[in-house]
Amino acid sequence: MIPAGPLADKWTNHRDHLKLVSPANRRKFKIIVVGSGLAGGAAAASFGEMGYNVECFCYQDSPRRAHSIAAQGGINAAKNYRNDGDSIWRLFYDTIKGGDFRSREANVYRLAEVSMEIIDQAVAQGVPFAREYGGLLDNRSFGGAQVARTFYSRGQTGQQLLLGAYQALARQIAAGTVKMYPRTEMLDLVVEKNRARGIVIRDLITGQVRSHAAHTVVLATGGYSNVYNLSTNAIGCNTTAIWRAYRRGALFANPSFGQIHPTCIPQAGEHQSKLTLMSESLRNDGRIWVPVKTDETRAADQIPENERDYFLERKYPAFGNLVPRDVASRNAKTVVDQGRGVGPMKNGVYLDFADAMKRLGRDTIEERYGNLIEMYQRITGEDAYSTPMRIFPAPHYTMGGLWVDYNLMSTIDGLFVIGEANFSDHGANRLGASALMQGLADGYFIAPYTVANYLSAHLGEEVSASSDPFSRTEDEVRQRTGKLLAANGTRTVDSFHRELGRIVWDECGMERNAKGIHHALIKIPALRDQYHKNVRVPGRGAELNQELERAGRVADYFDLAELMCRDALSRDESCGCHFRSEHQTDEGEALRHDDQFSYVAAWEYAGDGQEPRMHKEELSFEFVEPSQRSYK
Amino acid sequence: MRLHLQIWRQENPSASGNLVKYTLDDVSEDSSFLEMLDLLNEQLVGKGEVPVVFDHDCREGICGSCGVMINGLAHGPSARTATCQLHMRTFKDGDTIQIEPWRSAAFPVIRDLMVDRSSMDRIVQAGGFISVRTGSAPEANLIPVPKGDSDEAFDAAACIGCGACVAQCPNGAAQLFTAAKVGHLNILPQGRPERYERAAGMVAQMEAESFGSCSNYRECEAVCPKGISVDWIARMNRDFLVARLKGIQGKTA
Repeated sequence: MIPAGPLADKWTNHRDHLKLVSPANRRKFKIIVVGSGLAGGAAAASFGEMGYNVECFCYQDSPRRAHSIAAQGGINAAKNYRNDGDSIWRLFYDTIKGGDFRSREANVYRLAEVSMEIIDQAVAQGVPFAREYGGLLDNRSFGGAQVARTFYSRGQTGQQLLLGAYQALARQIAAGTVKMYPRTEMLDLVVEKNRARGIVIRDLITGQVRSHAAHTVVLATGGYSNVYNLSTNAIGCNTTAIWRAYRRGALFANPSFGQIHPTCIPQAGEHQSKLTLMSESLRNDGRIWVPVKTDETRAADQIPENERDYFLERKYPAFGNLVPRDVASRNAKTVVDQGRGVGPMKNGVYLDFADAMKRLGRDTIEERYGNLIEMYQRITGEDAYSTPMRIFPAPHYTMGGLWVDYNLMSTIDGLFVIGEANFSDHGANRLGASALMQGLADGYFIAPYTVANYLSAHLGEEVSASSDPFSRTEDEVRQRTGKLLAANGTRTVDSFHRELGRIVWDECGMERNAKGIHHALIKIPALRDQYHKNVRVPGRGAELNQELERAGRVADYFDLAELMCRDALSRDESCGCHFRSEHQTDEGEALRHDDQFSYVAAWEYAGDGQEPRMHKEELSFEFVEPSQRSYK
Repeated sequence: MRLHLQIWRQENPSASGNLVKYTLDDVSEDSSFLEMLDLLNEQLVGKGEVPVVFDHDCREGICGSCGVMINGLAHGPSARTATCQLHMRTFKDGDTIQIEPWRSAAFPVIRDLMVDRSSMDRIVQAGGFISVRTGSAPEANLIPVPKGDSDEAFDAAACIGCGACVAQCPNGAAQLFTAAKVGHLNILPQGRPERYERAAGMVAQMEAESFGSCSNYRECEAVCPKGISVDWIARMNRDFLVARLKGIQGKTA
């Protein structure tokens, strides 16, 4: 399945032999793209440019609002513009090492390879990356790397890249190659004889449930960090599309691999609806510390230098504050658990710009991070120029997702999965500035080739949404929404979501152990039963009903949470973000067991109430030697 | 704190709406404006009433989904702040807050506080892009862009497409939104080849929608959560005028 040959030639050779669809035949093919973020927007625009007949769906009111827009820090590419020794190999190696050797060599190498084309494409679209005075592109360094290879647009890189993809998509919408369906949510996948035939959607304005058929379906629906309720994801981000595909036969890979981002604003109260990320780029110039003493009551500026613990610099002198996200997060949790947390709820650590401002001046700090510091001020009411920021880790990104082959196709024929929705490139931990890279790589430079290859075998086939599997799937969707409305209980969807999130965070969050996961596996099904009996969803199905939208998403989160726990339990080792407290080195680092767990766990749905079946994709490392990660 | 809310309730686009009063207790000063609405909705659902519909998503001021008129001001009283970033510490215990949807002919109300902003997407479809196919881009550093131009392009590109500019404008004009996109692309060398077609097309589309015309009230700039300057409107007008003089007709979406 992975092409043979030297690592550096795999993708080129593979691409050279993928089958093509001639320009005259492309309009005869219908492609459904679900999601309009970096992966989906880029793919839909690219398919449209090639001449395919595309339908693109998003739940937001405009494709420009997909959650990719919120990515702050930047996008990696092995351009080596800094002459600091960067190369495709190094980007590949950093990424696979950052993922703690739980991803495929060939996929990660391909990602590093196409990274450069992404920057070219984005610049040509008018993405205003930061530049130096000579007019050429600027770079900065990011966690987990010793070179400066990150391209950025102040703290709004995701926004600018997404607008680039959105504008390319807008051009295709105007050209008539892409038909856009905003405010539309995919609620099921239509599968016939293990082949994807189309999707069932709900029009969020009218509540109408209907089907769309196509030759192929591309899911680009993002991640599922909202299973934790509080995360940095947008409120609407959900797992429903990929979860429904899982229930229709797509394998779900490494569901427990979720990234907890180290630099978020700590929770301030019970009814908080989301956590806000502060770009990790802040770690370039900010120094992270907590008081040495537990139960410190003095303000930050009253604590003398020798009573501060710069714990990352102390423990990891080589990488200091720029250790990978999982390492930074876990260490922050450790010091907070020791009672050295800061802020009113003692649930944060300081991120201090005082030294950087002395060294570089306030203007430079303002230029680099002005918008973040402003955002922080709005949320907390504090001024980070004069007092250190408070940060704490929060769920941010899910490396797990639907299993895909080298062509990004799932185990359902004709169902492709791209971007965060698949599991492919980040292993057990994603390095900073590589989500944007992967979304755009999949959307612009991989799916257009591999989807064409798939379609080439289906020339002349008619598609229609009037066959049996469509009406059957539609009926099932109507029954599901009907049940949620009929429960007519006493508790709100949000109150259940908060309780579920708490369980998953406590038992399957930054640190897990068998005992806790067993607990969660008892608590989650019990709470799910209550949910289906006692949730209250007002209104009707055949109308705009935001509570019903949420209710459906949370119902799927219950099932997903259970699968996450099963996955976390079966992986009896630590790796990357999956930190099982039973498996750590003497220094408290993640301890892998490569002899037993060097595989991708791909779960197969076996029916409600049945244990899912686990399939193993063994990972073989031909070109790199898996080592114990060290950032000291 | 205790708040007295007056919220616009409207069942569908053709129904006539009205302001409904609610009193909400125990609102935390640290909560955001939308979390305050969440709290109200949870209470409404608890009482078996229909919750208030409003658009929102990222809740960190970047997706542009949210936006309501708060006491007559788009996104409320704080400068350069989207509704989701507005925190309740801006208000006082006992305050009365009037909450309405964006008011503009080009943004029909869908329900309660939710409006249809697809007119803005159509403006972008009429030229708010650079025509470059995937795969056809030259090496990124081939064309140097002066840092000043690049920074200015970014200032315009920071627009989040929320529609506050239109909502606050007494004429319901979309000049600031349109000009920000025209300006972002026209200032960059990559955008130059389509400079005049872009200005002509986007302005033509803007006029084809139900937006009003600009008479320099500058209310748009005052409420823009990204602080986008009205100077961009002057630049767009210049490009539009040149397009006219050159006889370039824009293509509408």
